Amino acid sequence: MTEKKWPETWQEVNPGCMVFRPGSASEYHTGSWRAKRPIWDNAKCIKCGVCYIYCPEGCITENADGFFEANMDYCKGCGICAYECWPKAIVMVNEED
Amino acid sequence: MGKRIGMEIALAAAEVAALCRPDVIAAYPITPNTHIPEHLSDIVAEGRLDAEYICVESEHSAISACCGASGTGARTFTATSSQGLLFMQEVLPIVSSLRLPVIMVIGNRAVSGPINIWNDHSDIMYQRDTGWVSLFAANGQETVDMVIQAFKIGEHRDVMLPVNINIDGFQLTHVVEPIIMPDQEEVDRFLPPYKPFAQLHPDKPMTMGALGLPEIFNEAMRAKDEAILQSKKVVLDVWKEWEKQFGRKYEPIESYKTEGAETLLLTMGSMGETAEIAIDELRKQGVKAGLLKIKLWRPFPFEELRKAVKGAKVLAVMDRAVSFGGPGGPVFAEIRSALYDEPKKPKTLNFIIGLGGRDVMVEDFIKMAKKTALTKKLKPEDAYEIYGVRE
Amino acid sequence: MSTANLNPKKLFENFELYVPKLIEKMEYFSPGHRACQGCGEALAIRLMCKALGKDTVITNATGCMEVISSLYPTTAWNLPWIHVAFPNSASVGSGVSAGLKVLRRKGRIPDRYVKTVSIGGDGGTVDIGFQALSGAMERGHDMLYVCFDNEAYMNTGIQRSGATPFGSSTTTAPAGKASIGNKTWKKNVAEIMVEHGLPYVATACHSYPIDFMNKVKKARSIKGPSYIHCLAVCPTGWRSTSETCIKLGRLALEAGIFPLYEVEYGKYKITVDPPEKLRPVADYIKPQGRFRHLTPDQIRGIQERVLMEYNKLMNKVNHSKSWDELKAL
Repeated sequence: MTEKKWPETWQEVNPGCMVFRPGSASEYHTGSWRAKRPIWDNAKCIKCGVCYIYCPEGCITENADGFFEANMDYCKGCGICAYECWPKAIVMVNEED
Repeated sequence: MGKRIGMEIALAAAEVAALCRPDVIAAYPITPNTHIPEHLSDIVAEGRLDAEYICVESEHSAISACCGASGTGARTFTATSSQGLLFMQEVLPIVSSLRLPVIMVIGNRAVSGPINIWNDHSDIMYQRDTGWVSLFAANGQETVDMVIQAFKIGEHRDVMLPVNINIDGFQLTHVVEPIIMPDQEEVDRFLPPYKPFAQLHPDKPMTMGALGLPEIFNEAMRAKDEAILQSKKVVLDVWKEWEKQFGRKYEPIESYKTEGAETLLLTMGSMGETAEIAIDELRKQGVKAGLLKIKLWRPFPFEELRKAVKGAKVLAVMDRAVSFGGPGGPVFAEIRSALYDEPKKPKTLNFIIGLGGRDVMVEDFIKMAKKTALTKKLKPEDAYEIYGVRE
Repeated sequence: MSTANLNPKKLFENFELYVPKLIEKMEYFSPGHRACQGCGEALAIRLMCKALGKDTVITNATGCMEVISSLYPTTAWNLPWIHVAFPNSASVGSGVSAGLKVLRRKGRIPDRYVKTVSIGGDGGTVDIGFQALSGAMERGHDMLYVCFDNEAYMNTGIQRSGATPFGSSTTTAPAGKASIGNKTWKKNVAEIMVEHGLPYVATACHSYPIDFMNKVKKARSIKGPSYIHCLAVCPTGWRSTSETCIKLGRLALEAGIFPLYEVEYGKYKITVDPPEKLRPVADYIKPQGRFRHLTPDQIRGIQERVLMEYNKLMNKVNHSKSWDELKAL
């Protein structure tokens, strides 16, 4: 069914406020919440994927080379990845305004 | 072809619910509706109905399980009364907001306390604003008919709302009446298989029960209000279709001997039948009295009401519940509000009757009608009385 | 410093390295959800969904996860999902389970197995939703219930629940001159679920993701009721820093506060070995602001109780018999 992203009028509200666009929360970018950002040093990375599995946002993915990177649209800067990375391949740095 | 049988109305309600082929039934026993879930569980146990019967641990879970089942696209049925209905209350407005056509028979019973298992309408009146289509049956035949109609109304794509059918506890639930019970073929012809608008299934993942922020809440409530307002058309269509197939006529407000009536009584539920006898007697005595019986409580039939009271001088509304500290009984408040802007309207007064199973006899209706007929001027505080209170 | 850095050997033992790369890539719980930074519960949900896979219907109690995932007109869920109210996730789940069963039987939905999974926070599970949970589990529906326990009503602002640990300061059980904070011990719902006669009950924690996901998969495979109690660190409510979320879960295990075990057909089994010598509970308590007010004496009291509970569990691990073994006695 066609569904307007942001209903303006009551006629545009889906019956029962049902949502037929699974995963559409990704239209909202939580990256703006971030005070610190993770930076990967791939020289130290052992490609274990600990950062990927522990990310509460699910915003860390493996790239074609087997290294990991966070999608900054969503990364809230919690710092779990850097804290849990035991080879210390990730550091958290302040966001610059 | 359906046949005329004598059956306890609760059992008949269960029989007819089964004829509607519900997929999931979730119910919890409470007097006086208990015979309905009991009998339905019998029907399932005998293999006469292919359904999942969930023997829940509370009414709250009954209606919640109905929500879940209806969410998957299953035709869903439940029944309850009184405290059970109140225990469901948290979920009732959610069922309608989720637009799930759960069908429920309510064996109306007084709300505690003091605890009382007998009939009045206080249980449903607490649920007045939950967004359910609400029907009132006056006898066993109407009960049976309305259960089938309810599925068709609730599941209609222009409605998609839960429907409750109110039947007076004991006065109807436990009474054996002659009923024309339709057969399976007739019900199948009238009620097509349920085609849900949305289903909880991984082939098309969707979210039911999202959070509504203030930016959207007004619009969501308007949409829900429109849905129930618009449902009236479907109710009328379904009743027309019913009359065509089964020959029994249904109207939102049924009039009895109202031609030329100066004094009108208005009832909901089974007391209408007693009131009819009183009207016959009054007419014999030369009193120009008539009776209105509300069958459709939500959406409220404003138009039909205004039409029905035309020409009457005084209207007495019979309520079966108290709005404590309020403007009279809940039906009365509704009727007055509906008539407020009419340039010519009857005087209105309110008798709150038959609370917690207190008998109301033909003579009582005659007394109330005569009192009504004599009514000249009313101070607002005299507008209602709990009838028959010993002082 | 993380515990991982303190003891790299431990990491190798308890965390199967590189395994994370093998797990389901699909994010059924999409980014863009509004959980707090470092939310253990959101992580746990994400992991649970990966373990469950596509053929799942979720019912969610009102609470943090419902609020942060379903702001109309969007949803974080890539799975069919329904939220009705606070106390009834389990009863909604029983309806979903029954609905899927009957519709499949009648050929009105595709003929394949879809699991019903009901979830709730600790308040929605151990307090207000407890009756619905008990009823649904007792009735034996084919469904999994997962409690995400962050040990207080976090969504409404850190009020005490039946799962709040002793001595924790919450907004309705605050610590003060005349109070230690919460004065009751945590209700053990996993054990209560065992006594419901469930074929599968487990405890879990997001800090041990593979263990958690294996348990979810096991529970999914059981055609009947199962229950997982998942400890979920809440940096906001626990007044801990967001990056220590995983570490706190690990410390809970290493101090014997939240052992990870499963009960399969009555037989208890530890699934993640705690250290041979348990850490002092103080190691777990100290980094959390909710315990900041506790005196050494009070911490000693907690230590005693934790050991007692731990020994009680180990006694069951050592002596419990499976239903089959009991039948053969």
